[in-house]
Amino acid sequence: MSPKTGSVLGRYSRKAQEWPSCPLSLLPEDVLKRSMEVGVISDEGERAATYLQIDHSVVFQAVQDAFKGKIEILNTREALKRYGWLREYWWRLVKTDADEYTKLADSLWDQGYFIRVFEGEKVTLPLQSCLLMSTENLNQNVHNIIIAEPRSEAHIITGCTVHPNVHSGLHVGVSEFYVKEGAKVTFTMIHSWAQEVEVRPRSAALIEDGATFISNYVCLKPVKNLQMYPTAYCRGASSRVSFNSILYGAGDSKIDVGAKVVLQGEGSRGEVVSRAIATDNAQIYVRGFLLGEHGESRAHLECRGLLLSDGAMIYAIPELLAKVRGAELSHEAAVGKIAEDQILYLMARGFSREEAESLIVRGFMDVSILGLPDKLSSDIKRMIDATTARAL
Amino acid sequence: MDILTVEDLSVEVSGRTILRDINFSIPEGEVHVLFGPNGSGKSSLIKTILGFPGYKVLSGSIFFKGKEITDMPTDERVKLGMGVAFQNPPAVRGVKLGEILKGMMRNREEVEKRIGNILKELNFPTDFLTRDVNLGFSGGETKKSEILQVLAQDADLTILDEPDSGVDVENLQVIGAVLSRRLKGKSVLLVTHLGYILRYIDADMAHVLMDGTIACSGSALKILGQILKEGYSWCEKCPRVKGLRCEVFL
Repeated sequence: MSPKTGSVLGRYSRKAQEWPSCPLSLLPEDVLKRSMEVGVISDEGERAATYLQIDHSVVFQAVQDAFKGKIEILNTREALKRYGWLREYWWRLVKTDADEYTKLADSLWDQGYFIRVFEGEKVTLPLQSCLLMSTENLNQNVHNIIIAEPRSEAHIITGCTVHPNVHSGLHVGVSEFYVKEGAKVTFTMIHSWAQEVEVRPRSAALIEDGATFISNYVCLKPVKNLQMYPTAYCRGASSRVSFNSILYGAGDSKIDVGAKVVLQGEGSRGEVVSRAIATDNAQIYVRGFLLGEHGESRAHLECRGLLLSDGAMIYAIPELLAKVRGAELSHEAAVGKIAEDQILYLMARGFSREEAESLIVRGFMDVSILGLPDKLSSDIKRMIDATTARAL
Repeated sequence: MDILTVEDLSVEVSGRTILRDINFSIPEGEVHVLFGPNGSGKSSLIKTILGFPGYKVLSGSIFFKGKEITDMPTDERVKLGMGVAFQNPPAVRGVKLGEILKGMMRNREEVEKRIGNILKELNFPTDFLTRDVNLGFSGGETKKSEILQVLAQDADLTILDEPDSGVDVENLQVIGAVLSRRLKGKSVLLVTHLGYILRYIDADMAHVLMDGTIACSGSALKILGQILKEGYSWCEKCPRVKGLRCEVFL
């Protein structure tokens, strides 16, 4: 461990609680409840595959019978042992020395999941994973690899959270996505942390010819600080990427979320859409960087922010860089408070001021930007409604 | 009984007096029209009656169904039975038209049926219910959405702010016919600039608002006839503007 890595690790502990493997239904109730709050469901029949890691222990990993031979889910340590070729995908899109957190994840690596969707398989049920921290002040560093083989399709929902007794910790998550020719991956990550937890996801995706990668991010609970800036390389012809985030910053949260889209293939398309609400003393930075490297490429960035308190802040930083003629890049950003004329309009329909604000806030956190199937979409909508109902 | 009474009302917005000594009342079951040139204060009077916070009552009172509502919040006035179709409603991103209608419902089943019928009568596709209200709606669609909302509410006093502005002839016919049928026997305050909607709605009385004050009150058809003939310049010549009694229409 380099001295610098040590400084990032700081006061966090590496001594994790050991968890034996067990089916989801036998998990302690409080753990189960927290997992469910980030979209994980205990009825494994409703998911094509499940991976659950608590602290540094792999507690559960299985593919439902109906999907065996179509998908694979494993912890990354076991996967690397089983498949020599996986080394070709390991630390290829994210560099170990990118920053102190990637260095930390490289030197002190605590599992993570490997998901593989076999060629041509269109998986009808979502796959789920859950990374949970159950020990106070723990450092957890996971490294995930997701490979969608040619013409495959899958929805992955991943929830990251802490045990209700945990208030502080450092979670580093490296994720590398390989979306092969004609494949489609919808990845939805839901975070629910605690006020003293630091979070550093480090993700990148490589998207080949005719492939689509949709990356959704939902963060609704307070966090000490969270910073991520995933990159998608649209290398293939007609490759597509969408980054969508729904952020709700409360308490003293510092959230810095962006996405970088690199358009390299002919006809590649990118989209970065975010909805951010900041209340209390939360600070939210919403970034986006569109880089056009191909003359026939197009991308758009859209950021909407809503401030619910004078102590909060939203800073939208859209960046566009076109390196060749013909790359079409655009952005729109709007940050402000709830418009009074909208509140009055709804009051003129008989809603109280509070009801009107709540309707507007709930509507603002528009889950339809995530492009999810109805069931997942309504689950997330329910989580958002619960958060905003408590907040208002 | 009067459903609405406005007494000696003066109103300011951002420190500027925009309405002065307004007096009028609407007996239950009557249709009253508010005429006036652009900027005369028609929409401001409507917003004051609705209790919008930016419209500060300097003096005077507003009574609705016998109850003083001068200081009552907008939503309470609406719950008491006031309904409005706005001229230029704001788009509210993320809030569906159907969601608003659902929130307004008391007896769900009955209102759902009612909404279905009004949609049909207005020739307004049901998929608008799942769209963000007024977002990307055309002029005609906005009017229909407003009229749908106010008719679904079935208010004791229906306020229509220029339901005929920015609407093409075909849609005006549709809207006019629906309003005429649905508002029969109801109390209505109707704001119109050009009076087209009066081809469909029989009005009992009209008031002309000039520069923030009621310059003239009288038969709706007679006043409309004069306005169409001479424009609002006729009202400028009106003796009431100079503080004298108008002998023509009272």
